[in-house]
Order: sequence, then structure tokens, then C-alpha cells
Amino acid sequence: MKPSRRDFLATAATAAGAAAAGDLAHAEDHGHSHTHDHTHQVVPSDLTLRVKSLESLLVEKGLVDRAALDALIDTFEHKIGPRNGARVVARAWVDPAYKQRLLTNADAAIAELGYGGLQDVHMLVVENTPTLHNMVVCTLCSCYPWGVLGLPPVWYKSAPYRSRSVIDPRGVLRELGLELAADVEVRVWDSTADLRYLVLPERPPGTEALTEDALADLVTRDAMIGVAKVLPRREGGNA
Amino acid sequence: MNGVHDMGGMQDMGPIQKEKNEPVFHHHWEGRVYALDRAMAAWRKWNLDAERHQWQSIAPAEYLRMSYYEIWYAALLELMVKSRLVTRAEIDSGIPAAGSPKQTPALPADKVPLRVVHHALPSVAPRFQTGQRVRARNLNPVGHTRLPRYARGKLGTIERDHGVAVFPDTNAEFLGEKPQHVYSVRFAARELWGEQAAPRDTVNIDLFDDYLEPA
Repeated sequence: MKPSRRDFLATAATAAGAAAAGDLAHAEDHGHSHTHDHTHQVVPSDLTLRVKSLESLLVEKGLVDRAALDALIDTFEHKIGPRNGARVVARAWVDPAYKQRLLTNADAAIAELGYGGLQDVHMLVVENTPTLHNMVVCTLCSCYPWGVLGLPPVWYKSAPYRSRSVIDPRGVLRELGLELAADVEVRVWDSTADLRYLVLPERPPGTEALTEDALADLVTRDAMIGVAKVLPRREGGNA
Repeated sequence: MNGVHDMGGMQDMGPIQKEKNEPVFHHHWEGRVYALDRAMAAWRKWNLDAERHQWQSIAPAEYLRMSYYEIWYAALLELMVKSRLVTRAEIDSGIPAAGSPKQTPALPADKVPLRVVHHALPSVAPRFQTGQRVRARNLNPVGHTRLPRYARGKLGTIERDHGVAVFPDTNAEFLGEKPQHVYSVRFAARELWGEQAAPRDTVNIDLFDDYLEPA
């Protein structure tokens, strides 16, 4: 492995040398206001070309099917995302028997709603209560429950979250806007093997009259990672 | 490997930068890299542990500098070259070598989304029981491992037996699957971090039989 690593570093160094004006181009690309440092998104300007060239090579060699690539991207841009997890959570809130199945055999309960099964992994659902707050991290890489939440956001994969979640979870939660009482136990789940975790958040008060669909609309990705609570009304006024 | 990827417990990495209405991919090429990676993995020339190990073999300064999908791209090139699916010359030119055979894609569009079938692992007896006190071993392998540094030498309790899984340390280097039990082990935050941690807080880490010893 050592010789190939040297070659690899040469490739990486070329990429580093090519990094130029990535930040500005990125900010303009997407029209977001980026007032903070975005060092994790400095992108070598030639990566677009290099990836295009790699794709043509692999298509030419018959190693990949371009339609399959399009379908994979479409799946995660349009079909699989936090909406799936939100439906699982809402069902658990309205159906105690489902919730029991979800907490004891998450793979099967999630499959009941037609989700999951994208990775060679198993799911575990952990329940938040007034005295226990669960949150999920992958300190070693980026393990995340793709089948129910889609692909992880950049912050989840970033060094600040991965490093501090286990040593200072309350500080991380506070930074993300969630202050927990001292008598609430914080339990961090570090996804170091092929188990994937979904947090079952507490159902917010005052939502007794809501339908399952309306409840699903309240459930956010962050609440299912365990860095937020579900609010009785969706912020932004769309609830 | 005691690499920079093993970040649990490090400090001063900066604020957590959340982005409102974050897109799934920030650039077109990121989606293509994601899809190329999944489509090439379908050839089963490497496994997920080997892929993770490849990410983590990136030199520390580069690893911290690179964006997430840039790491995937760099690792994918290495994995493809090592498994002889492509050559470096082909990557540099973007053109197949003269006379190289044309394959049939391992992942056709009608197989997406890829539903992975769990392959059956042999039944293996667990070395530990739920409720048992254990110590994470003080191991410092130079190869791949999923035993985070911050857990090594610490005392915990087996909370749940997740059943048998492939052992990442050997699987990543194609040295065999060495199937064994993996457990959710609960550690008191104070055992991991001392008195500065809140007294009731806990960290659950998924650990394999080979990472543990009886306490």
C-alpha cells in the first residue's frame, strides 16, 4: 500500500495546487450568503473537468452505465431524504404498536413504510424522553442512516461536529441552539460499526389534534440526528 | 491507524457551520463522484472497510483541507487502480488503453437504488454478555480499525449485542471477514473525559469482540 499512497499524494498535491478562487465561485454559484469561512469547500477549479473525464473513461470502458449514475443522483436529490424519516417518526407518534416495533426491530418497522435497505447496515431507533436526550455522530467518518435521512449535511461530516460531539455534547447542542437542563441525560451514539441510528424525538405538546401527515411536516432532519427538538409549529410559518 | 480522521475528543476545530436549505450536492461534480463511487463499488473489487481505509490513508494535512467528495474522488482513483479496473495512464488521458476490453456495467440503471443483500455470516458465540463490564483494549494498529482512540483503555458496559458482523480491521485489508459479535458499549462521559463531563452523560460506541477484554 505504501507505494500507491505516494502516487496518491502526488495526485492530491496536484489537486491542492489547482485550488483557486473556489470560494468565490462557489458563493456566486449558489447565491447563498456566505459570511463565514468556508474552508471545507475550497474546491480545485479543475475538479469539474477531471470528474467529467473520469466519467467518460469509465463509460467508455463499460464499467459504469451513465443512466445508472443519473438514477443514483436522482434518488438522493428527489426520492430519499429526511421526509422518509419524518414519516417513520410521525407513524410512531400516532401508533403505539408501530412505535414498539420500531424500537425493537427498526429494520422491519422501517421497511413496513417502504424505506431502508440501501446499505449493508442495520438500523437502531433511540427514543428521546423528558429525561434522556440522544444524539448521533460518526467520529471516524460520516456514517449516517441514508435510507431514512438521505445523504448527510456537510456540518455532520465536518471536523468540528465529529470532534466535539463526544467530548462536549452539551456545548455542541448549545451552539446549535438547544440548551438542555442539567438533569437531562445526554447520550451520544458514535456510529463506529455498521449500525445506523435514528433518533425518535419527543412529540411536541399541543399537537394532539394533528394528523399523521401534519405531524410528519413538523419533524426535521436535525431532530432525527438529535441536535434539535421538534417544535409544535414549523419555523418559517409553513406548518 | 492513529490518523487525523479519528477525531473524537479533539478540540479547537472551529464552529459548526450550518447552512440553511443546504442542497444535497453543492456542485454538479459532487453528485457525479457520489454516483461513480456507488457504481464502481458494485464491481465488488473492494469493500466498504477498504474504502474507508483509503479515505483515512490520505495525509493528515490534505485530509483536513479536502472537501468531503474530493476525498471520495481521490480514494476512488486509488481503489480502481489498485484493483486494476483502470490504469493511471487511462485516468490521466481519459481514454481507455488500446485493446482493453469493454465491460458490461455491474450496476445497470434498472438496479438503482441498489438494494444490498446482506450475505449470511456464520453463527459465532459472543465473548461478552449484556450487562457485563468490559474494557476497550489499548490497541494501536497501523492498519484500519474502528476502535476510536478516545475509548481505548476505558471501562464500559455491554448494553446490547448487535449480533455478528464482519471485522473491519481484517476486512479492510482483504485478510478475511473474521466474523464476530459487535456490541453497543456504554461509557460514562466521566470515564472518557474526567470530571469536566456532566455526571449523568454517556457515550455509546459500537465495538467488536476483538476490541474488548473483560474488566
